[in-house]
Amino acid sequence: MDWQQLWTIVSLPDNVPIVLLLFVVPFYTWYGLKQAFANDRLIDQLEADPAMAKTHHRKTQPWKPGWAKEVHVWPFLLRIEFLAAIIVTVILMVWSITLNAPLEEPANPTLTMNPSKAPWYFLGLQEMLVYFDPWIAGVVMPSLIIVGLMVIPYIDANPLGNGYYTYKQRKFAIWTFIFGFIVLWVSMIVIGTLIRGPGWMWFWPGMTWDHNRLIFEVNQDLPDIVLTNWLGIKSPLLKSLFGATLIGLYSVGAWIGIHKLIVSTPLSRKIYARMSLLQYITMQIFMITMLALPVKIALRLLFRIKYVLVTPWFNV
Amino acid sequence: MADGNGKNGNPVTTGTPAAPPNGGNGKSKLATLIEESKVVKDKAVEELKALKQPEKTDVFKSILRVKHDETPRSRALGVLSNVFLHLHPAKINRDAVAYNYTWGMGGMTFYVYLTLVFTGTLLMFYYHPSKVVAFRDILYLEHDVPFGKLLRNMHRWGAHLMVIMIELHMFRVYLTGSYKKPREFNWVVGVLLLVLTLLLSFTGYLLPDDQLGFWAVTVGTNMARATPLLGHDGPFGAMLGMTPFNDVRFGLLGGSIVDSNALLRAYIWHCVAIPIIASAFMVVHFWRVRKDGGISGPAPVMLESEIKEPKKV
Repeated sequence: MDWQQLWTIVSLPDNVPIVLLLFVVPFYTWYGLKQAFANDRLIDQLEADPAMAKTHHRKTQPWKPGWAKEVHVWPFLLRIEFLAAIIVTVILMVWSITLNAPLEEPANPTLTMNPSKAPWYFLGLQEMLVYFDPWIAGVVMPSLIIVGLMVIPYIDANPLGNGYYTYKQRKFAIWTFIFGFIVLWVSMIVIGTLIRGPGWMWFWPGMTWDHNRLIFEVNQDLPDIVLTNWLGIKSPLLKSLFGATLIGLYSVGAWIGIHKLIVSTPLSRKIYARMSLLQYITMQIFMITMLALPVKIALRLLFRIKYVLVTPWFNV
Repeated sequence: MADGNGKNGNPVTTGTPAAPPNGGNGKSKLATLIEESKVVKDKAVEELKALKQPEKTDVFKSILRVKHDETPRSRALGVLSNVFLHLHPAKINRDAVAYNYTWGMGGMTFYVYLTLVFTGTLLMFYYHPSKVVAFRDILYLEHDVPFGKLLRNMHRWGAHLMVIMIELHMFRVYLTGSYKKPREFNWVVGVLLLVLTLLLSFTGYLLPDDQLGFWAVTVGTNMARATPLLGHDGPFGAMLGMTPFNDVRFGLLGGSIVDSNALLRAYIWHCVAIPIIASAFMVVHFWRVRKDGGISGPAPVMLESEIKEPKKV
């Protein structure tokens, strides 16, 4: 256990936001879900008791008849805003006094930094470079993330859960976002920051960053393994077709799996019935693409597979 | 000066003549003068008393346009008729002011943006976007400019804080389903703001012209060379005649390597173009929050049994 190495990584000024993320993301996940479960209990109560549902104010917050439903912005909101501004200023000041912004040597194109890392919020994408070619990790994926985020309101056909925390009424939606945000985005950033060392190699926390470390990995393409090694087929066309077939099979399998999830509960079947065909197809495409990431990561890490589909123009 | 409607807004005796000029017989000119000055003194005392309540003065009213009294109407107008506060509604959902619903992340993001504009403007006074002096400017800023180091630190950490806060803001909006009808489009605007924020942060990364920024931007823009169709290393790029000197990466960097043109481009994007674009989107974002019915909740929970049939188009 190399504590000094661990401290060097964690205390690197630019890594402080990630250490911060390690605390705030779990905290706010807990904070939001706690309220979601509280609301779910209320929903259960109200569903069980229609008479109560008619008279109840339907919030977990306290309420008494005669209380005004709205309060004046001045002072009740503005004082909070002013207070928040002061607190943020103080935090920023203290942070800035205690920790200096990083400044390395002058830019030198002849001296490559090792590891040379993108800013922390792009490290998820840089981590994807291990598993995908740059045109996917650097161009297609960011575009899909942006477009995928934008279409969320238009493909979410669930009318429930508008303006309050709930888990029970939006299980599929909540799991999707937690998977996308926490598993794919935040944890990849954490890996890129804290785990990846020189040569973008995997160093567990506490391992010494050995700049001379070599890992002999022979990554093979899946068509090469199956067709060439096992069956002795060498035609590039057949290999490409094989890869395309595999991707097609994955897509169909994922499609069916996601569909089964979508129609797994009575509520989700109701929502499914409300979806237009376009909404459904759009959602499926984004879900299948999103699920492809962990699949490819597993293929690479467990079976040392570089590409599934090899063509003369691009590889996946 | 004083407002006649105020609590003790006793009108100052401005109109009454101090001493009738014709009644001066028998008194000396000196006595008249003393008498007149007493009146002036009384007047001054009276006006000073009124100044103890500056909010009752006409000057105050001329600035804020509304009376400062304890009526709900005045309170509402104090917010609605103020250019900085008018994006707020007059009243707000009583449960929305508790921290647990919104986490305050959206508002704090905007506040951090303001501090970034402020510190960034100050930093611009000490920085030349030129390969020769950029790095030296940072050294000068860190070691010679009063509070220069603090300024740069605040700008750097503020930028990180903004990205974290935006991500948490999106997380909250998602968990509360606030992107649902009628707020769908505002979520789209929010996603664009996220992208613009990341671009702002990324362009700023290069400006110190140190190894960190140089290699981060090199790694980042190297992805652009792999853009399908438009990058010289990307799928079908070479077929379309893309070379390192005409592809999308060349356009981003103003050259085939990260050099002085890239620095200038990053500077202009960072200090002028993106802030203007982002500000425009922020205006839309905040305006839509109001127009779409204010903050989304905490709304009364809806039950599964109450789902209505969707409207057929």
